[in-house]
Amino acid sequence: MTDNKRIDAPTGTQTVGHEWDGIEELDTPMPRWWVISFWGTIVWALGYIVLYPAIPMLNSATPGIWNWSSRGQFEQEMKAETLRRAPITSALAAIPVEQLAGDERLYQAAVEGGRAAFKVHCVQCHGSGAAGSVGYPNLNDDDWLWGGDMPAIHYTLTNGIRQPDHDETRFSQMPAFAGVLSNGEIDAVTSYVRSLSGLEKASAKSASGATLFSNNCASCHGVDGKGLREFGAPNLTDGIWLYGGDKASLTTTVNNARYGVMPRWNNRLDPVTIKMLAAYVHSLGGGEANPAPAATPAPDPAKVAANVQP
Amino acid sequence: MSNLNDLTGPNQPLYQARKGVYPKAVDGFFRRLKWGIMAVTLAIYYITPWIRWDRGQYAPDQAVLVDLANRRFYMFQIEIWPHEFYYVVGLLVMAGIGLFLVTSAVGRAWCGYACPQTVWTDLFQHVERYIDGDRNAQIRLEKASWGPQKIAKRLSKWSVWLFIAFWTGGAWIMYFADAPTLVREFWSGEAAPVAYATVGILTATTFIFGGFMREQVCIYMCPWPRIQTAMMDEKSLLVTYKDWRGEQRGSLKAAQANPTAFGDCIDCNQCVAVCPTGIDIREGPQIGCITCALCIDACDTVMAQIGKPRGLIDYCTLDDAEVEKAGGTGHPALKTLFRPRTLIYFGIWASIGLAMLFTLGQRTRLDLAAQRDRNPVYVRLSDGSIRNNYTLNIRNMETRPRIVDVYIEGLPGAVIWTPEGKREFAKQNVNFAVAPDAVHKVRLFIAAPAEGPVRTEFTINTRARTGDERGDRDEVVFERPEAVK
Repeated sequence: MTDNKRIDAPTGTQTVGHEWDGIEELDTPMPRWWVISFWGTIVWALGYIVLYPAIPMLNSATPGIWNWSSRGQFEQEMKAETLRRAPITSALAAIPVEQLAGDERLYQAAVEGGRAAFKVHCVQCHGSGAAGSVGYPNLNDDDWLWGGDMPAIHYTLTNGIRQPDHDETRFSQMPAFAGVLSNGEIDAVTSYVRSLSGLEKASAKSASGATLFSNNCASCHGVDGKGLREFGAPNLTDGIWLYGGDKASLTTTVNNARYGVMPRWNNRLDPVTIKMLAAYVHSLGGGEANPAPAATPAPDPAKVAANVQP
Repeated sequence: MSNLNDLTGPNQPLYQARKGVYPKAVDGFFRRLKWGIMAVTLAIYYITPWIRWDRGQYAPDQAVLVDLANRRFYMFQIEIWPHEFYYVVGLLVMAGIGLFLVTSAVGRAWCGYACPQTVWTDLFQHVERYIDGDRNAQIRLEKASWGPQKIAKRLSKWSVWLFIAFWTGGAWIMYFADAPTLVREFWSGEAAPVAYATVGILTATTFIFGGFMREQVCIYMCPWPRIQTAMMDEKSLLVTYKDWRGEQRGSLKAAQANPTAFGDCIDCNQCVAVCPTGIDIREGPQIGCITCALCIDACDTVMAQIGKPRGLIDYCTLDDAEVEKAGGTGHPALKTLFRPRTLIYFGIWASIGLAMLFTLGQRTRLDLAAQRDRNPVYVRLSDGSIRNNYTLNIRNMETRPRIVDVYIEGLPGAVIWTPEGKREFAKQNVNFAVAPDAVHKVRLFIAAPAEGPVRTEFTINTRARTGDERGDRDEVVFERPEAVK
C-alpha cells in the first residue's frame, strides 16, 4: 500500500497511499508545536503522579508527596467552615433563648441551622416536613401540649418527655381508666369529649359523660376541657387530636392512656444545636410569643417608607 | 498551501516546523481600512470599561459591567438578572447569525478585519517592523547568529509585545469589577486572585498567539474557517486572483519583449510578500486566506506602477469570475450584498434584535415567584381551619428600595400573614420593604376555612407602591384534606 504514496499535485502534499473508490487521503504533516504541546501535557501529567495519589498498590495507591486525600480535604473544608461560623455559634451560645426571637439575624441563622439539624435528628418521628403522625405531634400547627413559645420548646427539646433517668424531664401521667370506669361510663365520657369540639351532637349520653368528666378528668384537662400545659394535658376542645378523635381511638386512649416519649437532647446535642432546633420548630408557623414579648419590635414599614425615594 | 509545497520527498516528515512569515509593509485602501478598524476595535476594548453611567446610589456606575459576584449584568440602561439570561443567549444567537450574514455576503471579513487574533497580530507585526525593519531586514535578522544586536532587538521587541499583552489582559478584567477601584486594588495587591490569574493567562495567550503562533491559530486551532467554508456560496465575495487576466505570468521584461504571450501578472511576488498568513493567493481560494485584502493593495500599487488597470487581485464572487472569464463584466460589489440569502439572514438577525428590544421595554421590574410547601401539604389548625405554607421570592429589580404589597385573590375567607405577623391580626394582604436590586425571600402562611374544595386555584399578587406599578402575579393552589365523614 505504501508503495502507492504519491504527491498530490494541487496541494503538493503526499498521500497516505490508501485509495477507496478513487478517494485518497492527504498525509498533511502536523505542525511541530502541536506535538510539542502533546509532550508537554504528558510532562504535566507526571507532575500529578509525583504530587497526588496515583499508582495503585496492594492496599492503597501511592500517596504522592503532598499526601492529599479527599477525606483530608473534606476535613479541612469542614474546619474552615466551623471557623467561619464561629462568630454566629458563639453568639448563639451566649444569647438567652428568651431573647433569640428579638435578634433577627441570629434568629434566621438559628432557623437555618435548625432546619439542617432537624433533618438529622428529628425527622424519624416528626417527619421531614415536621407534620408528625399519629402519636407524634405535628410541629406546624398552633396546638402545643407543653407550650409553643421559644423557651418552652427549648425546655422540651433539652429535657425530653418521659425520660426516666432525668428529673427535669416533661412528665404527664394520664391514668388508664380501664377498671376504674365501666365500659358504659367510658362510652359516655368519650361522647362528652367529642361533643366539646362538635364531633358529636350533645345527647343524653354525653350529658351523663359531663359529670364523669368533671369528677375524673377536669383536674388535669380543666373544667372546660381546654387542657393545662403545666401538666401537658391536651386541649380537648380544639380540632387537633394527637391519637385520633374518632370514637374508637378515644376509647382506647381513655382505657389505656397514652405515654408518648421523646428523647432528651441535652446529653446528645450541644446547646447551640438545641437552641437552633428550638428556633426552627418555633418558625414553622405555630410558634407563640414569649410570655414577656421580645424588646426589639418588627421593622416598621412606615419607617422604611420614609427612606424610599419617590 | 504554499508553505507545504516543498514537502515533496517520498518520506516527508510527520511533523513540520512553522515557516516564518515576514509580511511586508503595504499601503492602500484596504490597509487604511484595517488601520481604521483596528483603531475602533481597540478603542472599544480599552475604553468601554471606563465609561460611567449614573444608576443612583444603589447600583454601580459603570456603563458596561459583568458583575459575577452579585450576578448582575449591566449594559448602559439595561440591567440583566440571572433569570433573564435569555437576553444574553439572544445576543449570542445574534452574534452567530451576524457571522452567517457577514460570511455569506463578504466571505471571511470577520477573519480579515475584526477578529482579535487578526487585530492583535497586526499590531504586533507593526511593532516588529518598527524594531526589526521591514520584511527583508526581518529575514536577515532571523538568519543572523545571536549577537549583541540581535539580542537587543529581540529583547526590545518581546518587551513591547509583553507590554501590549499585559494591557490586553489587564483591560479584560475591568469589565468584571469597578474599573478605577480594580486598578488601585490590582497595584496594591488587594485584588482577587482570579484577577491576577486572568491577567496572567491573557497576557501569556496574547503574547504567544500574537507574537509567535499568528497564522497557525487561524489554520490549525480555529474552528471558524472550517465552518465558514460551508457558509460561502458562489455569490460570496472572495479575494480572487483573476488568473484569466494575469496568466501567463512572466517578468516585466519578458512581457514587454513579447506582449501577446503574457498576461498582466509580472510575477513580482508582492502579493505573497505582504500576506500575513504566508500564502500565495494566485493558487486560488484556500483555507489559509483570511481575506485581509492586503494582497489587493500590493497588487494595485504594482499595477499603477506598470500602468495597468487595478484589480488583478480583487474581491470577486465565483459567479462573476465565470462571467469575467467569458469576457463579460461582473456585478458591482454592492449588488452582490443584496440577495435573498443575505436579506433573510439580516431579517432573522434584525427580528431577534427587535424582539429583544421589545421585551426589554415590556418587562416588569417587580417579579414574584410563589411556591407552595409540599411537605406538609396542609396543616390543620386548632380551630379546625386549614393552613398552607408558601415561599415567596419577590424580586425588586429597580435600583431603589420599595414597599411591596402582597395580596391574594380567589380564596374566600382566607387570611395571610408572615412569620413575623400573627394570625389574629391577619388580613388579605401584607406588605414588605424590599431592598433595592434584591430578592426578598419570605414565608407566607395562608389560612382558610376547612370547608371547601380539595384544591382551590388562586393568585398571589404583588404591586409596588412606587415606580413600576404593573406588579406581578403567580397562580398557586390551596389544598385541603378531604372532608371528614
